[in-house]
Amino acid sequence: MIPKLTASLDFHGQALLLRAERQRLIAGNIANADTPGFKARDFDFASALRAATAGTPGGVATEAGEGIAQGVLQPGGRPAPILRYAAPAQTNLDSNSVDMDRERAAFAQNATQYEATLRFINGSVRTMLDAMKSHHQA
Amino acid sequence: MSLARIFDVAGSAVSAQSQRLNVVASNLANADTVAGPDGSPYKARQVVFQTLLMGPAAQRDTNAGVRVSTITESQAAARRVHDPKHPGADADGYVTYSNVSPVEEMVNMISASRSYQNNVEVMNTARNLLLKTLQMGQS
Repeated sequence: MIPKLTASLDFHGQALLLRAERQRLIAGNIANADTPGFKARDFDFASALRAATAGTPGGVATEAGEGIAQGVLQPGGRPAPILRYAAPAQTNLDSNSVDMDRERAAFAQNATQYEATLRFINGSVRTMLDAMKSHHQA
Repeated sequence: MSLARIFDVAGSAVSAQSQRLNVVASNLANADTVAGPDGSPYKARQVVFQTLLMGPAAQRDTNAGVRVSTITESQAAARRVHDPKHPGADADGYVTYSNVSPVEEMVNMISASRSYQNNVEVMNTARNLLLKTLQMGQS
């Protein structure tokens, strides 16, 4: 019973961690907007989340080896998402591939989605608390 | 915690950009200085940025901060103006000024200031998200 109740919490917890990770990655891209030779990086959130939640209750089914870097583990035993290099929209003389417009848009989008995930978690917590309380109120 | 590391990353960028602004300021301040008694005028300076991987080993690859690796001096020719009445004029009547290009410096300044603002905004967003994360499950 309890694992079923917390399955959605676990799922959103993983999503929140990945969102925070992506936020950090984009912050690094923005920080290096003027660094010669820096290549902007990002990861595919959907496949990273599939890989992170594969096999757990409430997780999404994954295809083999999708979205995770083989053998790279992060603190907490989670597989690290595969980083991809952004294709620059315009070429640059110092071979820096940070597109500030795209990075800022991705940063804002990811921040909003992080907040959305936070609300999902708050909602789940409230639902569970309500389920525990209703017995006393009835 | 990934979000807390954003402060390290954006903070390193803010400090690197402010160093760039500092260099621009000293270049602009010395735009019209003439060569001293040794005959060598002020040379325009430029910061060189370098990616600085920071934080714990497991996250090091994705924690890309910035640092100023070196400050280079411009090797462009100094500006020479014919002005025999100037106290700094040489035997031929030429005064040697610094090789600072004010237009380049202004462009550099605007670019540095925009990047600085971008990183401050990144920190503000990270701060808001962290505060909301701290309130998780309370409301």
